[in-house]
Order: sequence, then C-alpha cells, then structure tokens
Amino acid sequence: MEWIDFATPKSVSEAVEMMASKGDRARAMAGGTDVLVQLRGGRRSADLVVDMKEIPELNELSYSAQNGLTLGAAVPCYRIYQDKAVIDNYPGLIDAASLIGGIQIQGRASIGGNLCNAAPSGDSIPPIIALSGVANITGPNGNRQVPVEDFCTGPGQNVLQNGEILVSLTIPAPQPHSGANYLRFIPRNEMDIAVAGVGTSVLLDASGQNFVSARISLASVAPTPVFSQAAGDSLAGKAVSDEAIQEASEKAMADAKPINDMRGTVRQRVHLVGVLTRRTLNNAIQRARGG
Amino acid sequence: MVSNPAEANIVLSEVEFEVVGKRPIRPDGVDKVTGRAQYGADINLSGLIHGKVLRSPHAHARIKSIDTSKAEAYPGVRAVVTAKNLPFASLSKEDLGGDYMRLKFASDHVLASDKVLFKGHPVAAVAANNPHVAEEAIKLINVDYEVLPPVLDVLEAMKDDAPLLHEELRTTSLGETSEKPSNIAAHLRYEKGDAEVGFAAADVVVEKEFRTAAVHQGYIEPHNGTAFWNTDGQLSIWTSTQGAFAVRGSVADVLRQPVSKVKVTPMEIGGGFGGKITAYLDAIAALLSQKSGAPVKVVMSRVDVFEASGPAPATWMKVKIGATKDGKFTAVKAELSFEAGAYPGSPVMQGMMCSFGCYDVPNGLIDGYDVVVNKPKTAAYRAPGSPQAAFGVESVVDDIAHQLGIDPIEIRLLNAAKEGTRRIEGPVANRIGLVECLEAARDHDHYKKPLGPGQRGRGVACGYWMNRSFSSSLSMTVNYDGIVTLIMGSVDIGGTRASIAQQTAETLGIAYENVKPTVVDTDSIGYTFITGGSRTSFATGWAAIEAAEEVKKLMVARAARIWDTSEDDVEYADGVIQHRSDPELRMTFKDLARQLANTGGAITGSANVEPAGEGNGYAVHLVDVEVDPETGKTDILRFTAVQDAGKAVHPSYVEGQMQGGAVQGIGWALNEEYFFDDKGQMMNSSFLDYRMPTSLDLPMIDTVIVEVANPGHPYGVRGVGEAAIVPPMAAIANAINGAAGVRLNSLPMTPGNVLDALSGDGQ
Ligand SMILES: Cc1cc2nc3c(=O)[nH]c(=O)nc-3n(C[C@H](O)[C@H](O)[C@H](O)COP(=O)(O)OP(=O)(O)OC[C@H]3O[C@@H](n4cnc5c(N)ncnc54)[C@H](O)[C@@H]3O)c2cc1C
Repeated sequence: MEWIDFATPKSVSEAVEMMASKGDRARAMAGGTDVLVQLRGGRRSADLVVDMKEIPELNELSYSAQNGLTLGAAVPCYRIYQDKAVIDNYPGLIDAASLIGGIQIQGRASIGGNLCNAAPSGDSIPPIIALSGVANITGPNGNRQVPVEDFCTGPGQNVLQNGEILVSLTIPAPQPHSGANYLRFIPRNEMDIAVAGVGTSVLLDASGQNFVSARISLASVAPTPVFSQAAGDSLAGKAVSDEAIQEASEKAMADAKPINDMRGTVRQRVHLVGVLTRRTLNNAIQRARGG
Repeated sequence: MVSNPAEANIVLSEVEFEVVGKRPIRPDGVDKVTGRAQYGADINLSGLIHGKVLRSPHAHARIKSIDTSKAEAYPGVRAVVTAKNLPFASLSKEDLGGDYMRLKFASDHVLASDKVLFKGHPVAAVAANNPHVAEEAIKLINVDYEVLPPVLDVLEAMKDDAPLLHEELRTTSLGETSEKPSNIAAHLRYEKGDAEVGFAAADVVVEKEFRTAAVHQGYIEPHNGTAFWNTDGQLSIWTSTQGAFAVRGSVADVLRQPVSKVKVTPMEIGGGFGGKITAYLDAIAALLSQKSGAPVKVVMSRVDVFEASGPAPATWMKVKIGATKDGKFTAVKAELSFEAGAYPGSPVMQGMMCSFGCYDVPNGLIDGYDVVVNKPKTAAYRAPGSPQAAFGVESVVDDIAHQLGIDPIEIRLLNAAKEGTRRIEGPVANRIGLVECLEAARDHDHYKKPLGPGQRGRGVACGYWMNRSFSSSLSMTVNYDGIVTLIMGSVDIGGTRASIAQQTAETLGIAYENVKPTVVDTDSIGYTFITGGSRTSFATGWAAIEAAEEVKKLMVARAARIWDTSEDDVEYADGVIQHRSDPELRMTFKDLARQLANTGGAITGSANVEPAGEGNGYAVHLVDVEVDPETGKTDILRFTAVQDAGKAVHPSYVEGQMQGGAVQGIGWALNEEYFFDDKGQMMNSSFLDYRMPTSLDLPMIDTVIVEVANPGHPYGVRGVGEAAIVPPMAAIANAINGAAGVRLNSLPMTPGNVLDALSGDGQ
C-alpha cells in the first residue's frame, strides 16, 4: 500500500522548503486535475503532495496597463475567464481557459498546472507563448524568470529543479492593434486531447493592413509545445494577405514534428497545423482590427 | 398514414389501451435519482474482503509457471487462486469427452491455464482485507511467460501460416470438421435460389469490401462480482448482469456444481447492451471465497472493462448486389468474416441472418466465418452482428440507387421485405412494418427539407433485428390491500419493470400504480432467459399476461365462493368481478382483495412461458451531416429515427431505446474503435481516447414510433432494443458521401480517415 503525505503551506517560502525537503519525491498540486489522475493511475508516484491553493501569490490575478497580467500559478480557469481585465485584454487566453475540460475541471484546473504538466497537448501553453508569457519561479536559490517557450523540456518535463515552484506567469499588456487566438482540433466537440493546436498573436500597424510582428506556437506536434519563430517572423512587415498567411502556415507546418498515435497521424497533424494557423491568424487579425 | 392525436410521433396506432401505451413513472426511478439504488459494487456483507485480478500483459503467450508464494505471504492476503483451483485442472480429457473443448474454453476464459490469449486475460487473483493490499499483492505474483507472436486481424488469422491460438481448434465447415488446426472456428452458409443466375440477369452490379473496428458497449458501470461460498456448499453470488440465470449457469458449469447449489442475486445494473451476459468475475470471486471462507468482492477498473470484457467484433466483409435498371434486386451475396476474439463465438451467424433482412430477394448467398484472434473474446452488443452487416449492405444499396438515379427510400421500398417474404436463411416473415417505416421516413419533414448551404449531405439506411423470445417465468400475488406484487426473473435494464407492470395492469384492469414489480434471485423464481435480444417486454410481458389471466380466474372462483354461486355465473371485466345476472353482486378488484384473508388467503398466479410469435423489428434512420473539408470532421446536424415497435408499451422508453441506439451507432460510425499496437496492446482503454459521443456532439434525436401490431402478442408488442443501432453507420456513410463525394468503406469514419479519402488515397 502506498502512503502519500499531504501538506498545505501558507507561503511561498514554506512551500519551497517542503518541496526541497523531499526532492523529486515531492509533487506540487494546484487543481490536481492532472496530478491526482497520474498518481492514481500509477504514472507518477510521490511521498509528499504539496497543495498550492493557499499561498496568496499563487492565487493572485491582477492587471495593470504597465505590468500587464500577473496570473498566479494556482488560479483556476473559471476565475480567468470571468475576470473583466482578462476578458478585455486577453481574449486569446480565454480561448484556452474556457476550453480545458468542462465546468467541473475548470473549477479546479489552473494554467500554471497546465504549463508545469508540460504535456505537448496542453491547451494553454501555445496561447501563452504567443502572448510572450514569462514564468516566475522561486526555489531554494531564489527567484528566476523563464520565457514560457523555454519552460517545457520534454513530455511531462520542465525546467523546474527540485524544490522550485512556479509562482506566477506574467503576460505583457497588449499593444494597440494586437490580437490573439487559440484553436485546437479534436474529433469530438468536447472532452478530448488536441490532435493539433495553434496559438497565434499578431500586432498590426495603425491602418490594420500590415503586420508589425506575429508569434505562432503549436500544440501536439512535438515532444513539447513548439514556438514556431520562423512562421511568426515571416509575417513581420508584410501586408495582411492570404498569401502571407499561407506562407506563415507553411512555415508552421515545417516546424511540426509529430508522431503517429491513436489520436492522429503525422500527415493529419501537419495538415491540421496549416489549417489552424490560417484560421487562428484570421481570427487574431479580426480581433486586432477591433472586430 | 394514421397518426395518434395525443402522441404526435406515433403513427399507425390502431388500438388504444388503458395502461399499455401510457407513460407512467418507473418503479425504480426514485431509488435511482436519489442515489439509493444498489448497484453491484454497492454490496457490503459482513466480513467482506476484496479481490483483485492479475491480468496478462501479453496478447499471446504460453504460461510456463506461476509463483504465488510471495503474494500468499503478504500481510493481509487471505487467498490466492490460479487456474489450478478450477475443477477443469483436475479433470481429464477422457472424463470430459465431447465436452472437453467447450469446458476448456469456458474455464480458461475465467483463469488462463496453459496460454494467455489477449492482453488483460486473467491469470491469477488475490483476496485481501482491503483492495489496496490486494492490489499490492498481485504485483508480487511472478508469471513466467513465453511470449508468442499475436494475430490481431481477421484476414491475417485466416491465413494458413497464421500463428494458432488453439492447437486443438478445427474448422467446422458446413457440417464437416477439418483435419488441420485453424483459427477459423466455423464456416456457415445460407442460400436461396441461385445467386449467379440472378447476377447474370442484373443490369447493374455493385460489389465492395468493408471493414469495421471492434467497439465497446460503453456501459457506465464496470463489471463486478461478489461471492460467498458457505461451508454447507451453498454458493451465493451478487452481481450486475443481464441474466441471473445465465450467471448461475456459467458459474455452475466452470465450478462443476449443480445449478441449485448456486444462488445468483442480480443487483441493479448500470447498463449492459449485451456486454453483461458473460460472467467474468463471479467464478473468480467464488474460488477466492472458497479458499478464504469470507465473502469476496471483485470489481473491474475501466481499463479492465475495455481490455478484458467483450467488445463487438471487428469485421471484414464483401457485399455484392445486382439489380435491374428499374431498381429491383436480382441477386445478393455477402461474405462476412468476424473476429471472435480469443475464443470461438462471434455473432457472425446473426450478422448473416440480418444482412439482407430488410429485403425481398429472389437469389442470395451468404457465407460467414467465425475467426479467433488475440483480442478479448467478443460479446453481444445490441443486435449482435447486424450493424456491421448493415454497414456493408446499406452502403451498397445506396450506390445502386445512385447509379440508377433512384431515390434511396424508393429503392428500399421497391425491394422491402414484407409479410410473406422468405428470408435467405429460411423463415417467412409475418406481418412486419418495414414498408410503413420507410413511408414514415419519406413523408417526414426531415426528408423534405432542403439541406442548406455548406458541405452537407443526407443519408438513409434501414436496419433489421429478428427479435427474440425464449423462456420467462413470473408470478404475481394479490395482497389484501389490492396491490399486486409482481415477481420476475428478468433483470430490468431498459424499463421492463414498468413495461411488464403496465401489461399486468392492463390485463387485470387495474391501475398501474397498484402493481409493484420486483426482480428476484434465482432461488425465488423459475428459469428466465437473459434480458437481451429485445425479448423481455415481449416474452416476460407474455408471462405477465398469462399469470394475470390465472389471477382473474382465481378471483372469479373466490367471488363465486363468497357469493355461494357457480363460477360460471361470475365474470371479470375491467377490474370488476360481478355476477352475470344479479347486479347486486359486484366487487371491485380491491373490494375482493380485502376479503381474501378470511375466504381462503392470498391469490397467486404464475406462468412459465416460451412464446412463439416474436415479431421482427425494423428501423429506418435519416441523418444530415456537414463535413469540414479542411479537417475531415463530420458534424451530425439532424437525425430522425423511425422504428416499428408493434405497440409501444411505454412510448418514452421506446423513444429512449431508439435514441440510445442511434447515439451508440453515431459513435460507432464516427470515432469509436479499439486501437491496438502491433503487439496487441490496446492503446485507448479510457473514455478519454475511446471516443464515445458526448452530448455536445449530438443533435436531439427525433423519433417516430410506427405501430404495426405484432400478431404474435396480445397487445401487438415487438422488441425495440436492438434495431435502432443497426442503420446509423451506413446512414452516416451515405450522408458523408453526399456531403463530400467520398464513400468510406471502413469504420470508424474519423476525421483522419475522411481527410485521407478526400485526398484520394485513403482506403
Ligand atoms: C476530464 C479532464 C479534462 C481535461 N481537459 C483538458 C483539456 O481540454 N486541455 C488541456 O490542456 N488539459 C486538459 N486536462 C488536463 C488538466 O486539467 C490541465 O492540464 C490542467 O490545466 C492542469 O491544472 P491543475 O491545476 O489541475 O494541475 P495539477 O494537476 O495540480 O498539476 C499539474 C502538474 O503541474 C505540477 N504543478 C502544479 N502547480 C505547480 C506549481 N505551482 N509549481 C510547480 N509545479 C506545479 C504538478 O506537480 C503536476 O505535475 C483535462 C483533465 C481532465 C481530468
């Protein structure tokens, strides 16, 4: 029989201390919608589960035009999509927060947990990469910041060292004439894992007719979420056109390195990256133009 | 077409009854909605301990040895069993004679002796003080396997050089037994007229090959079994099953006990659809109880359910139809190869019987093959065999209609089976309602409405299930308060407590609320066949009618005694017992019930029946789909299910059966499949990746109940549980063809497969 200890620290420092004391036998838990399933199914094991829900910094959700969005690592999805500032400024984030699981899951599941779980299919990761999110990490050796595109290192693996926790994510305030969108493809309409997903953000010039810059990120097509810099960069300085969008989608397809499994084939996934890149770019452009 | 003013979606209802055809509240409703209903896993006996099953990690392997010593020594473990504890281990081939193979298969399916034949095959079991200890202990059992190459596909398995599952298995082919061992357990054939002559006379002939994937029934409640083997030799079992007597029979068989030593109590059941007939855990729990002396409960996980209960078979099929240029079929031909799974017994014969069951054909030839492969032994799933066959046949019918430019409903009407049609396997149809179903579909608003913009298509298909009868026992007692308690052996899955209480009330002329139905254990009622095959409302309903007639006779006799008159002077009508000539002498059912106590005691009627006269079931489905040409995803926009119920005893439950069948068929059509790797490991053994439709994937399923009374039942009842799952796959394939111009001959029609077909190099 396996015994697992459970602790509920009240501060970041207490949490870090607990996590460090058990090394790789400690598991952080935010919503638990991944970690409990994994522990029960024998895919992970732990001696200590550390609850992140009672640490103030991890439950912070605040916005200012200067600092952008501070999203505590344990804030559940429902708080995100009900938040006025997020609704006004980050519709691309809401696309993901309202997509993860159903109502019950959204009552617990956090974006921080989605990121730390580091699944190639994690639905919130591409939009946060597209929005230039940064991970704020605290550990026994102090604080550090990691761009979200560098956070995941393999399926289920991330940059966190023993004793480190993710405290929050920072997402810069959106610039005028910018827009973002995330879409995934699943065979059903709900309760499924992305066969492929694409998050994009675009910054247009004041006329709304030209790209200033763009960021494109892909889900479920590699061991980690993919930041397709080439696809985004290909749009910079170009006029908004079907040709430019097509070219970016082809660059994104070239960055997709998927596998065949029961959820989809290589060919289907690469094809879907093209489809979803075009669709999300068009949606993001519409949002950037205020539509 | 006659329609019923009170029930807008019921057509052709000719006879109105008092209780039959109404929609009363179900007797089991309150317990279910308040969470008090006792399902199999809810049983809790004093001293109960918990069992876990060790299952094979390989799809095909020889068991060289099993070492259970560490598990036995683990603290908290109370018993460990393997196939050595089954009676089969100590019986010789000579003892068993002709029964040897059958018992070997049955015993090995419970606990493998010499070989494991599918991933998840049970090899040992542990009972311990709690489930966690049992789970730790099974990890301590050491099984030494010699891994063998698995055979995972029906056509591969039929090849001469395929790995053999059973060295002792020979092919029974049209009555002959082969010399050579083979994975083909049986070859069957049905023939009518001369197919070749018919094809020669055809103006158009279409022949195609089809494949369907293995799919699971997807019931919510996992299998469970709790057993207590008392020191007096009496074995008691509590389990979720479609047939308490079926469990009794198979447990008694593998444990070599007389049936009366085994008492099976059916618990409330959380879905079955054919999948809860086989007893997977009950004999294991019994062995663990025998060894430990305690009651033992064993419950499957969802992974166990997927890997080790019985899915519907994957199939390969070839279908050929010839027709004249005005659309009349001249000949049909089909070859059906069904995966039986690890042991023989796929529903290929039912598939053959159903394949052309919708049509009146002059010439037909149907061949069927039952083939073992290294996958879980298949089980029944709603109209077993028919949905697969219909996918092929109804796709080809559609192609013929297209080629000839005939409306798909008209071509089906032109060839529809009707009263007097002799089917290819022999029987001649009684009064049946396929034509009426097709007409109702043709006349429905759904069929007339334009499809609208986008890549949309509309599909039609029909489906057939013969419906079943078999034996049922039932008894009913008139209590002194006028309430009739109804005791039956038919497990209630789809609302049969209500539908049988309704038939009882109708026959007795009393209110539905005055009938109190209970499903009882195997010691408390006579043998009753499983709830399955769309038989229960028909056959157990028939038993209720017969028992109620007996009650009426006894009530008349009692009244005669009270009134001191001859029984001939007393009549029973509409729940009132009265003297034929003296209007003063009159008692309601309740009045007489109150007098029973001091005039001779309670009155009980009972019946054991095996009625002939089950009426064939037909369904016709209409579906509109939209295909996203960029992603290959199919959305179901509109769905209408039409079905002949004979008489809908409880229309809401008939609609539920029609909608449930349609939804399961939609899942089967679009996304559901057992996905194996090349070693025979199921890769998607969870509801996350085994993709059943969710409510967000479905439109409201509209229903039209057609009532063409079955002349073989007093109220005209036909079974309604199966036919509804037969048409959806072909209807959706036909609709996708209309929407996207691609014909998919393989299930499921996932977005990936549709994309491949669209790019021209799919299947
Ligand atoms: C029914 C169901 C449906 C789902 N649907 C989706 C879906 O549509 N899309 C999708 O992407 N996912 C889905 N998921 C997966 C899961 O819900 C999400 O990944 C969710 O965002 C995880 O968040 P959580 O707060 O529950 O994480 P948890 O389970 O608490 O944690 C996840 C991982 O992150 C680690 N972790 C958590 N917080 C911290 C921290 N502060 N510091 C360091 N490590 C931490 C944990 O140790 C664990 O390894 C679904 C899950 C279920 C059960």
